[in-house]
Amino acid sequence: MDFSLTKKQQMIRKITREFSEEYIAHIAEESDQNSQLDPTVMKEMKRMKYFGTCIPEEYGGAGLHDDTISFCIITEEIGRIDASWSITTGVHCSVVAYPLYIFGTEEQKQEFLIPLAKGDKIGAFCITEANAGSDAGGVETNAYLDGDEWVINGSKIFATNGGIAETLLLVVKTGEKGRRKEFTVFIVDANTPGYSVGVREDKLGVRASNTSELVFQDMRVPKENDLGGIGKGFRIGLQILDYGRILMAAQCVGLGQAAIEASIKYANERVQFGQPIGKFQGIQWKIADMGVAVECSRLLTYQAAWMCDNKLDYGMIGSMAKLKASEAAMQATHDAVQIHGAYGLMKAYAVERYFRDAKMAEIYEGTSEIQRMVIAQKLLRRGY
Amino acid sequence: MKIFTCIKQVPGISDVKIDPKTNTLIREGIPSIMNPMDKNAIELALSIKEERGAEIIAISMGPPQAENVLLEALSMGADKAYLLTDRAFAGADTLATSHALALGIKKILKDSDSNEKYMVICGTQAIDGDTAQVGPELAEDLDIPQITYVQKFELKGDDKVIAERAFRSEEIVVIETKLPVLISVLKEINTPRFPSMLGIVNAYKKKKVVFLDAEALKAEKAYIGLTGSKTEVFKIFIPERKGEHVKLTGTIEEMVKTLCQNLKEDKIF
Ligand SMILES: Cc1cc2nc3c(=O)[nH]c(=O)nc-3n(C[C@H](O)[C@H](O)[C@H](O)COP(=O)(O)OP(=O)(O)OC[C@H]3O[C@@H](n4cnc5c(N)ncnc54)[C@H](O)[C@@H]3O)c2cc1C
Ligand SMILES: Cc1cc2nc3c(=O)[nH]c(=O)nc-3n(C[C@H](O)[C@H](O)[C@H](O)COP(=O)(O)OP(=O)(O)OC[C@H]3O[C@@H](n4cnc5c(N)ncnc54)[C@H](O)[C@@H]3O)c2cc1C
Repeated sequence: MDFSLTKKQQMIRKITREFSEEYIAHIAEESDQNSQLDPTVMKEMKRMKYFGTCIPEEYGGAGLHDDTISFCIITEEIGRIDASWSITTGVHCSVVAYPLYIFGTEEQKQEFLIPLAKGDKIGAFCITEANAGSDAGGVETNAYLDGDEWVINGSKIFATNGGIAETLLLVVKTGEKGRRKEFTVFIVDANTPGYSVGVREDKLGVRASNTSELVFQDMRVPKENDLGGIGKGFRIGLQILDYGRILMAAQCVGLGQAAIEASIKYANERVQFGQPIGKFQGIQWKIADMGVAVECSRLLTYQAAWMCDNKLDYGMIGSMAKLKASEAAMQATHDAVQIHGAYGLMKAYAVERYFRDAKMAEIYEGTSEIQRMVIAQKLLRRGY
Repeated sequence: MKIFTCIKQVPGISDVKIDPKTNTLIREGIPSIMNPMDKNAIELALSIKEERGAEIIAISMGPPQAENVLLEALSMGADKAYLLTDRAFAGADTLATSHALALGIKKILKDSDSNEKYMVICGTQAIDGDTAQVGPELAEDLDIPQITYVQKFELKGDDKVIAERAFRSEEIVVIETKLPVLISVLKEINTPRFPSMLGIVNAYKKKKVVFLDAEALKAEKAYIGLTGSKTEVFKIFIPERKGEHVKLTGTIEEMVKTLCQNLKEDKIF
């Protein structure tokens, strides 16, 4: 067993850290307040291939499709500075571009994957609907075949990148056999007539990230635009989310890391009762617990990534990583605010933002309750 | 054409401390980085390559760990990288360093066996040694023209070089010459790019750093390392603080008044 990162992975961490600190850190608070992703950062991130991380070079990506640990490191380092950016690139790469690479036909890769991997187009993955949240089986957006086209009607909500996406993966109901529903994932070009962007959400956290409602009215999609086969949508959808979960865990590791770093600095500087507050045991225990929680989540996250790269079944470990990392980030950012006292509640201190961003992660990509449910089902069925 | 970029590994600047007992730099535990101006050198090479095509060769003299800065150079887009490393190079001053670099460049040129034009780009100065001597000495050793403190650079036609030299801001001169040339660049010349993720992946997958030792360079002991160094280090020390900081308080008017008074008393004006 070897826990060390390769030299390449270390370089990826170093460069991503330097980039995030130089380009993103100084505007993160502003982006959060006005809910905007900065166009200069966007341009530079595209050039640096952060929108094609896990896609091979031949399809316009960075060639890290076989190195999910590097993908995690990238997401972690961006998330350490601004989770709005890590969710934007993380979702785009992991649940839009990557599934196209894994399940797409060669024609689909040429047409849709390459522009995504190059960052020429942004992608969104849409499953959630008003009546289908944790229970994805409740998806009501439906499609029927009319000649050479599928006609899609319905709406999706809470789609990350929804309002800025030009290529979407939609999970849609394509049939019902008795009580068994059939779902299909469709690749949709946002310029298709009948497609429109609805409400853009105003959120608690990851505020700069675009979360939007999408509406489809008699939207006609070419027959060949199904991803991975008609009726295969549920299985593929779950597989897509399994992979995406690792990256959302990585983002939380970054958030937790940021919370600890800020807390250590503050605890060593802030003097009360004649000494730095870090000398008080009450603060020390918080710092220790934060360290343990974040390190556990980092290990679980890298383990899931490693299992993925080694073609092992990483579903349960990925769920554990997402659960642990999001709750660790929540705990760490909560403690970070507490350690900062009233200053921690102020916009001028980044921990205020970290705290809001961390809460989001306990809900998206499967709530904590759903992760526990999945983990428990697997454990009870298979044993441990 | 070939563009050599000289890359030095230096300690991260904000962390450099001097051991007060031994008067030497404390290097343990200090992360090493690429000398910042050397990134400008690579950026210039990359922009020349993008404009007219070129082979970029990064070269460094240093301990084996200096491979990391060369891998960073490869990630940014350098085509090849050479590390001149040998215990015999240790203790080199600027003269011995530039001699080793000159041997390296000559060997690479000779081995490539082509009559391609070439140029060498250095940073103006390194943030640790800070002498700004290696570039000029290297040009002398290679016996080619040099333009130092370059803040603007242009290649015209086949081999015409136009460079704006800014030794001091009030002394900007434009110099023209022909290839081959060595230039040392200022940070004002450009903004170095970050390597892309693909650049990093390919640097580690497809490229590699070639190690050359003293024997490979046919280096003579008298001209390299400690024995080849003409500099004798008398003492390295942190300048002692003279006088105390004075903090003025009160309203702006009061502070300005006291400041003027103090300046007069100290005969500063
Ligand atoms: C910032 C953000 C980005 C998002 N991005 C996307 C995206 O890109 N694409 C997309 O499709 N969706 C996205 N979502 C939607 C997200 O995945 C869902 O909100 C999430 O799955 C939960 O669904 P829900 O909000 O409808 O909650 P509900 O499912 O209504 O859950 C309500 C509460 O009940 C609990 N609960 C539900 N079922 C059970 C159960 N069986 N046992 C115990 N407790 C249960 C839940 O844990 C939760 O606490 C995003 C959401 C947010 C906030
Ligand atoms: C007084 C003094 C005593 C020293 N004593 C010792 C000693 O005992 N032992 C010891 O190990 N070192 C010693 N050094 C350090 C060493 O001599 C210099 O750091 C080294 O020769 C480079 O000089 P510089 O840092 O001033 O570089 P500069 O001349 O300021 O660098 C200009 C440019 O030259 C190029 N360059 C410089 N060095 C290299 C390199 N190694 N490889 C590739 N390109 C390079 C880079 O492009 C750089 O931007 C000493 C330095 C000084 C000033």
